[in-house]
Amino acid sequence: MSRVITFRQAISEALDLEMARDPSVILIGEDIVGGQGADGEMDAWGGVFGVTKGLYVKYGDRVIDTPISESAFVGAAIGAATAGERPVVELMFNDFLGVCFDQIFNQAAKFRYMFGGKVQTPLVIRTIIGSGMRAAAQHSQSLYSIFTHVPGLKCVVPSTPYDAKGLLTEAIRDNDPVIFCEHKGLYEMEGDVPEESYSIPFGEAEVVRDGDDISIVTLAEMVHVAMRASEQLAKEGIDCEVIDLRTTSPLDEDTILESVESTGRLVVLDEANPRCGMAADISALVAQKAFAALRAPIQMVTAPHTPVPFSAVLEDLYKPNADRVTAAVRQVVEYQAWQAPASKD
Amino acid sequence: MAGARIQGLTMPKWGMSMTQGKVVRWLLPEGTLVSLETDVVEIETEKITGAVQSPMAGVLRRHVAPPDHDVPVGGLLAVIADAETSDKEIDTFTEQAAAEVTVEQSDAQTASPESILLGDRRIRYLKRGDGQPTVVLIHGFGGNLNNWLFNQEALAISRTVYAFELPGHGQSSKDVGDGSLGTLVQCFLECFDAIGLTDVYLVGHSLGGAIAVALAHHAPDRVRCCTLIASVGMGTEIDTAFIDGLVQANRRKQLKPQLEKLFADPGQVTRQLVDDLLKFKRLDGVQHALQTIAAQMVADSRQTINVRDQLQQLTMPTLVLWGQEDRIIPASHAQGLPDSIAVKVFPGCGHMVHMEAASEVNRALEEHFK
Repeated sequence: MSRVITFRQAISEALDLEMARDPSVILIGEDIVGGQGADGEMDAWGGVFGVTKGLYVKYGDRVIDTPISESAFVGAAIGAATAGERPVVELMFNDFLGVCFDQIFNQAAKFRYMFGGKVQTPLVIRTIIGSGMRAAAQHSQSLYSIFTHVPGLKCVVPSTPYDAKGLLTEAIRDNDPVIFCEHKGLYEMEGDVPEESYSIPFGEAEVVRDGDDISIVTLAEMVHVAMRASEQLAKEGIDCEVIDLRTTSPLDEDTILESVESTGRLVVLDEANPRCGMAADISALVAQKAFAALRAPIQMVTAPHTPVPFSAVLEDLYKPNADRVTAAVRQVVEYQAWQAPASKD
Repeated sequence: MAGARIQGLTMPKWGMSMTQGKVVRWLLPEGTLVSLETDVVEIETEKITGAVQSPMAGVLRRHVAPPDHDVPVGGLLAVIADAETSDKEIDTFTEQAAAEVTVEQSDAQTASPESILLGDRRIRYLKRGDGQPTVVLIHGFGGNLNNWLFNQEALAISRTVYAFELPGHGQSSKDVGDGSLGTLVQCFLECFDAIGLTDVYLVGHSLGGAIAVALAHHAPDRVRCCTLIASVGMGTEIDTAFIDGLVQANRRKQLKPQLEKLFADPGQVTRQLVDDLLKFKRLDGVQHALQTIAAQMVADSRQTINVRDQLQQLTMPTLVLWGQEDRIIPASHAQGLPDSIAVKVFPGCGHMVHMEAASEVNRALEEHFK
């Protein structure tokens, strides 16, 4: 039976069900139990956004609080994964990945390859992404393109409660390291989610809206921005197809290319910075493999190449919104190629 | 009918989740002479697209809802009247109809599926209507309540109609036991006992057809009449690639081509239909449940269930329906039955004939129920 729960509850439920199903699933992270110095277990924090709240009461020592040392606990989790556990690490904000770069990129991502397939690393790193919460430059980035860049890592960026639960279940059951990116602006979002366990395969984008005129390829919270823009554009007679990538590695190239082949136009919407990001990557993919289908130049709607501002006014300017999407879509749809003047008789 | 000089063509209710539909296009211009059940307008819902037919013979006097316009269930789409009816009368009729729609909508939202517990096994069902007789609808392999989208509401106008979800299907429990026909029949008998159903009019589609025959054969005192739609167990041919696809596929690209085989018109397979089935198939335990049932149903690319002899021994009135272009189980399986069994084959329809030719199938069922 499905019922309406939040994105936060959907993630918590996936953790709960997988811990119940498989005793090798353990949780590791800063303050994921919490309650240091508080009165009793129920006061535990359950992580900075409360996602793991209640799991310590249920699973005890399988929920492990750590010192503030990302390289130490991520490294420990990677080691545990190679030794047969299925750790789910909470790396709080993805901005902190810098302190455990080596553990993720050089160790976890490389083990299967460098040990000739004899080692598997069934590790999930849950981490918080996204701007718009006045959390300033060091707690607001969206760095999934960096994880996507590294072979050996899988990268998941869900946009709805349903997808969050099914993709996290898949991530935990997967035998390779998976980076699971949770947009902080989505935690309160509600949606229909089945009570039972289910898993959504990686590498299948979701076409969230069918349309004939233009493809908008996007991910995470921007999916909802694209949908708002599409509703506005529909009133103007522009029919948008909206594609939610769901996973950036593996990437569902087929769904993107098939969509652009049918619409002939593309806007890529990404709230991350533009250089070497998903928007540039997808634009390159389409330019290379579906060039003949394009009827207008591709447009990218992204944040500017700046840190995320703390100033509320500037942060609102920084983050792509529906108005910027509708403007980009109109520009692509109204594009006229140069035409030779009519010849004189 | 003297009272029917003027009649509204209204948005049909194709299943309990439907609250509105969109006008795709008018198939006939205003002023066209129509007869009873002429296709007048094409309607799109989030599940399926279909034509709405004229409720009477007359002139299609007015298109009330323009194309691309969403209309609530029960809302007025068009007015059919005889040529003598004045435009003013049609205006009045249109205004009155607009005022009545809200009542229908609130009624629609109260219908929700229930479930019963048989030991540890939960079986979900939807009950509609409350007249006599009692009709029971049994869907096929991989199906659910929505398969009767176009039939249950229509049949329930003057009857009590139950649609059950098989074990391992829809939101019933995933435990299917050994998945055999006998187990499924036993499960239905327990459902009938639990709810207190007697003198049942059985209608089964595909695997549900085989269940209906086996049940009627096993407990003839419980069943008053029996209808099989594109039934399993009537011959050996079956598209096993479809069965395998339904069991194995967990991506849209794998599943969609298999689902397209269900309809003569593959365009009936909407994104929503594929997504709903994918969402179901992703649940833990579903693949195992389907695998278990499939293993009892087919082997070596042939059907292993045979209910043909049982069917010929049934003493209650029996009707067999098939879509001429069925690509899952060939319509030829409806041939060679004794004269006591009525057979009707619908041209231009596939395996989901009760969806593709819903009004014709509903009419055949109503005739049979008399």
